[in-house]
Amino acid sequence: MEKSLSGEMKIIEEPRKPISMHPKKFAMWLFMATVMMLFASLTSAYIVRQAEGNWLYFQLPNLFYYTSFIIVISSVTMQWAYFEAKKDNLARVRTLVIVTSILGIGFLVGQFLAWGELVRSSVYFVGNPSGSFLYVLTGLHGLHIVSAVVFLMIVLNSAVRSRINSKNMAQMEMCTTYWHFLGALWIYLFIFFLINQ
Amino acid sequence: MATVDIHVNADVHHHDDHEEHEHHGNFWTSYIFCQDHKVIAKQFLITGMAWALIGGVLSVIFRLQLGFPDAKLEWLRPLLGGWLTSDGKIDPEFYLALVTMHGTIMVFFVLTAGLSGTFSNFLIPLQVGARDMASGFMNMLSYWFFFMSSAVMFTSLFISTGPAGGGWTVYPPLSALPQAVQGSGLGMTLWLVSMALFIVSTLLGGINYITTIINMRTQGMSFTRMPLTIWAFFFTAIIGLLSFPVLFGAALLLIFDRSFGTSFYLSDIYIGGEALPHVGGSPILFQHLFWFLGHPEVYIVLLPALGITSEIIATNSRKPIFGYKAMVGSMLFIAILSFVVWAHHMFVTGMNPFLGSIFTLLTLIIAVPSAVKIFNYVTTLWKGNIKFTAAMLFSIGLVSFFLTGGVTGLFLGNSAVDIQLHDTYFVVAHFHLVMGSASFFGMIAGIYHWFPKMFGRMMDERLGSIHFWLTFVGVYMVFFPMHYIGIAGFPRRYYSWTNFETFSSFTDLNMLVSVAAIITLSAQFIFLFNFFYSIFRGKLAPANPWDSNTIEWTTPRHPGHGNWVGEIPTVYRWSYDYSKPGAKEDFIPQTIPYSETPESNLPHENELIKLEMGNSGAIVIDEKKH
Repeated sequence: MEKSLSGEMKIIEEPRKPISMHPKKFAMWLFMATVMMLFASLTSAYIVRQAEGNWLYFQLPNLFYYTSFIIVISSVTMQWAYFEAKKDNLARVRTLVIVTSILGIGFLVGQFLAWGELVRSSVYFVGNPSGSFLYVLTGLHGLHIVSAVVFLMIVLNSAVRSRINSKNMAQMEMCTTYWHFLGALWIYLFIFFLINQ
Repeated sequence: MATVDIHVNADVHHHDDHEEHEHHGNFWTSYIFCQDHKVIAKQFLITGMAWALIGGVLSVIFRLQLGFPDAKLEWLRPLLGGWLTSDGKIDPEFYLALVTMHGTIMVFFVLTAGLSGTFSNFLIPLQVGARDMASGFMNMLSYWFFFMSSAVMFTSLFISTGPAGGGWTVYPPLSALPQAVQGSGLGMTLWLVSMALFIVSTLLGGINYITTIINMRTQGMSFTRMPLTIWAFFFTAIIGLLSFPVLFGAALLLIFDRSFGTSFYLSDIYIGGEALPHVGGSPILFQHLFWFLGHPEVYIVLLPALGITSEIIATNSRKPIFGYKAMVGSMLFIAILSFVVWAHHMFVTGMNPFLGSIFTLLTLIIAVPSAVKIFNYVTTLWKGNIKFTAAMLFSIGLVSFFLTGGVTGLFLGNSAVDIQLHDTYFVVAHFHLVMGSASFFGMIAGIYHWFPKMFGRMMDERLGSIHFWLTFVGVYMVFFPMHYIGIAGFPRRYYSWTNFETFSSFTDLNMLVSVAAIITLSAQFIFLFNFFYSIFRGKLAPANPWDSNTIEWTTPRHPGHGNWVGEIPTVYRWSYDYSKPGAKEDFIPQTIPYSETPESNLPHENELIKLEMGNSGAIVIDEKKH
């Protein structure tokens, strides 16, 4: 007791404490920065290439509206899972993480079907770069979603073994952040495609 | 609120006290798959040195061709085999592969992984006062990805079609079409695989470096007290994190073009009268993406060397570094500018001349922070009590190269002048001095300076200065004549100029360059002998051989995993209190509180004594808590 008391005192008295974030959470943010740079470079390459002309314009698959909806819903369930974890409601955390994973897989299936829609309207991976860019950007984003689903499985495993609770939220927080980030990234890509259609 | 803070804190320092006890693993866990940052640093160093040797030998082979175009190289047949033509000359396509591999190896494997990987890993935890990196496992992965990348690149040297031959910048369509040169076949595929692995390694390392510097500093180590080495590694890691993903994107699209038939970079190409199916791509797009990495890469290579030099020059001049904040500011400014000057590599791609003027302006602005740095190095040396250790000699050599190489950058950065000088030996001379040799000297200086901490023994100083003078004079003899050759119009990457009558008057100059290159490479063997001999037989190192202020010298002679026995020291002052007026000795380590040095304190430092009490109280609680 005495020690924790002086610990509190220290925080009040000490003027310059070095910034201290959880190192792994911080590393997660840095990783997201690199992912952002990857997509920033590819979308700017898209704009530069488009400006040079000889660009095929085509209708975006309607499925993208549905998949966008799915990923927004999955962000909601993920955030819900996070709140439940904070309340130590592990049973509900498990359910919500599973629901989020299913929505994530649903999103991937939707994206894949959207590729089929593209093929039916004769937009192929091999051909005018405008189509190739669409496949590469959606494909790369899909790969990141796969990594996030794997991360969800790891979180689910921790939840089953009761390693997540209100005092041990780091993993849960990181997963939630990553999931929201990938959702926002898709919304960015979708709006980007709509504007440049 | 306070309770929450304590939790976070406990989490951060959680693994600290476990690692105070030294691990006694077996051979595999302590030397191969080790998570200790010091061992990983040495792994990077040894791999980097092996690569430097390979890269150096490759350069001497193609210098033989350039300096002595008529020589019979039959004696190299055991090494080169089928890469020699029947009349004993180097095969022209193999020449291109040699140039490509020399560039790739030196830029990425030696000066990025070998320099940053070694010294960021070694010095960050030791100089900020941490037990290890934020994630030792990620750090280990970073090395092993680098090792895999190295293995793939090394393999590509031995395949029958030879390694990649499209230049280290791998511009398409040359690199995208296997029909272009032999090296664009399997060699190029291996190059891309190797670089993808390399990027993963760099990102893993960079994330770790930034996290460690921001989150794991010891008590009292505020940003303004960090040694300039740490600042340099910090900026380097940030630049790498932002630019390497772009190279990854560029390489990914190139892979699709090469193997999946897309046309991101390819358009309207006829081979033997046959049109290729690729339509609609733009090779300039690749150049934009590549140089968005490529230019920051120059500073990824250079900044760690500049940081190392700042530390060594201040220590061996026995003076505080001149303009600490200006040094940090100029590095920050260089880091920012490095992202907005990439198109100066592309002045002759037919870009809008107005855009060219903007990039010229931005490029020339880099001269300002660079000049600030040189000014500060010279003013730190000015009236210093200079000790010419080997490390110091190499650091001063760096300043010299940074100046002579930087000045020619002013010419090349000019879009108008660049039209004449683009892709000539003038460019080769420029970047080999300012980026290649300067960074290489920074790396060597770092090895001489921190060798006692790495291996607990001293390197031989006399051999060190012989190594310095041979290398220093050798480098200038190699690269200075190249300015003249370049102004005369010699294009780079050409196999031979014997068909051009105009160039025959430069034959002797080219011969001189080649001879100097051989001498310079031979001088490196003195270093290699010194290095490996000293690991086993060198003089035992004292605790603080250079009377340095930074806290890595407070660790035991052979620091275990965890670095400090007992508590991590608290830091009370910046790392440059050398020859402070009134002080008993000419250096005051960072761990000495102001309360112990009343004779040398400045008025505002006396004010800080009160805070020190709070600090030292805090550190005890921090350690006892768990």
